[in-house]
Amino acid sequence: MATPSTRTRFVDATSGRVVSETRASELDVITSGQGILLRGITKRFGSQEAVSDVDLEVYRGEFFTMLGPSGSGKTTLLRLIAGFEVPDKGTISLRGVDVTGLPPYQRGVNTVFQDYALFPHFDVARNVAYGLRVRHVKRAEIDERVQAALEMVQMTEFAARRPAQLSGGQRQRVALARAIINEPQVLLLDEPLGALDLKLRQEMQVELKRIQRQIGITFIYVTHDQEEALTMSDRLAVFRSGRIEQIGPPTEVYERPATEFVASFVGTSNVIEAPYGRAVLRPEKIEITNGPLAEGRDGATGQVIDVAYLGMVTRYRVRLDNGNTMTAARQNSSGGSQLALTPESRVTLSWDLNDAFPLMSHSDAETQLGEPAKGAI
Amino acid sequence: MRLSRLTRGGFAVFAALVVTFVLAPLLVIVLFAFDKSNVQSLPIRHWTTHWFAVAFNDPAVRSALWLSVKAGCAATLIALVLGTLVAFGIHRFRFFGRDTVSLLLVLPIALPGIVTGLALQSAFNITHIQLSIYTIIVGHATFCMVVVFNNVVARLRRTSTSLIEASSDLGARPWQTFRLVTVPMLSTAIIAGGLLAFALSFDEVIVTTFTAGAQNTLPLWIFGAILRGQQLPEVNAVVVFVLILTAVPIAYAARISSGERSFGSTGSK
Repeated sequence: MATPSTRTRFVDATSGRVVSETRASELDVITSGQGILLRGITKRFGSQEAVSDVDLEVYRGEFFTMLGPSGSGKTTLLRLIAGFEVPDKGTISLRGVDVTGLPPYQRGVNTVFQDYALFPHFDVARNVAYGLRVRHVKRAEIDERVQAALEMVQMTEFAARRPAQLSGGQRQRVALARAIINEPQVLLLDEPLGALDLKLRQEMQVELKRIQRQIGITFIYVTHDQEEALTMSDRLAVFRSGRIEQIGPPTEVYERPATEFVASFVGTSNVIEAPYGRAVLRPEKIEITNGPLAEGRDGATGQVIDVAYLGMVTRYRVRLDNGNTMTAARQNSSGGSQLALTPESRVTLSWDLNDAFPLMSHSDAETQLGEPAKGAI
Repeated sequence: MRLSRLTRGGFAVFAALVVTFVLAPLLVIVLFAFDKSNVQSLPIRHWTTHWFAVAFNDPAVRSALWLSVKAGCAATLIALVLGTLVAFGIHRFRFFGRDTVSLLLVLPIALPGIVTGLALQSAFNITHIQLSIYTIIVGHATFCMVVVFNNVVARLRRTSTSLIEASSDLGARPWQTFRLVTVPMLSTAIIAGGLLAFALSFDEVIVTTFTAGAQNTLPLWIFGAILRGQQLPEVNAVVVFVLILTAVPIAYAARISSGERSFGSTGSK
């Protein structure tokens, strides 16, 4: 099979999996041992393997997201990094120091829990002060740093409240302040926005990014929300059944999914047959018309089965004449002519093969074993 | 659930009947305690607090009361320590026979008191242990422990484990986590358990009969007095006193364990 052009793929020599698309070049810039390094991490619960032989490097100061469906191992990996679980195999190092056997209270890592885990018997200020208090920091310094942390999350006026008297979004902010006051090397966030409504979630996404830039510590963020992952991350890893399917910056993962799973989990996508094999085509790259297929373009004809108006775009699902289903999206421009397409309309879908990205299925990756690819293949 | 007016009315009447049936006898005792007459009959013609004075000045009642208080306090203290520790052990660790152990623990309450009492007496007999206040304490501790255990284990089950993890994550050593998070989390459950345990011990008759020997606790004195059929007005006064002394801690225990919502879940959702 012809290998795709223009791809820089790094395949782990031992496992044969694609570790990163850009890692080889980035490694030249960032010295290893500065961030978090996971080597061959395996964790079993009973007979179930929650995390299977995962290698991962997270760079210092990076906003790194672990994305995947529930049960894909992302939260387990986070708990392993925090020290709540001990791996059955493999090592975890933080800035070059092996922390695999250390308990949570001896790691320079703090966690923002999914249920916030605020202490209900303490007020906001004492919750935030907790980490400093147990480390016997001086009273005056604690007060000062609590004040600063509450300011950062804009919760100063709520210092005397109990957690039960706060809204979900406010608890979220307190949990964040309680973690960052300790100036951890890495901040772990376990689906921190999961319990918030959409509007608040979007606000907090912006807020989290701002705080991360401001304090410059590494964030490892777990979510099953692909949109959240794409908007917030510097890089993200897509998890499936305890393994990493792909690691890369959001644009790369979205535009050039390495596997069919990634293509379907991150955004909507169509898989088409290209001359070189199977390829991924994003809905917005497909033109939908009711005329004939233009000269020199690839395409197919079919019948609209579903129209969904999504605000900025309208999404059409089309049953092709060959029986397959494809999804196309069309920008809703205010001035432009609107196509009056309703279910059962006959349409022509067309696309440019250059917009499609060749798919490397999992089995393809396995056959590349021992062939670390450098540069254009 | 929506019920018709008639159904709701029916339930209300039924509930009122049940409550009356349970509480009316108590009310009768309280009334008779203030009856001047030696022969109890309704309606009460002459009211008096005389019998309370008689009971208060009766040395037999005094020593029985004192024994009950001492035994109750000691049994409660033992129950608090052992019950809390066992609750931790059962909740925190998975070990072989865990379910069996938790069943065996609640057995003293599940078994008829007469079985527990007889078993204890036989055990003291063959080991040649003299029946004394200590044997009463041991007997009471067996079932008091269950109450404390049940309260604490229920609280532990309702408590989100992420609080403990959060504490550890924030740098607290296990001892600090225990002191700053675990104990405050369990405090009301432990207090409620202790109050219930004391109330149970204070009015226990059956197990005490087998473990007290020649001494009288307050309930044993009451029991004896009723059997003899004399001093009945004085008994009524003592019963009212016992009623108050046990109802207050029970009411307080119910308040502190229901007044707060389940610990730890207030932080989520």
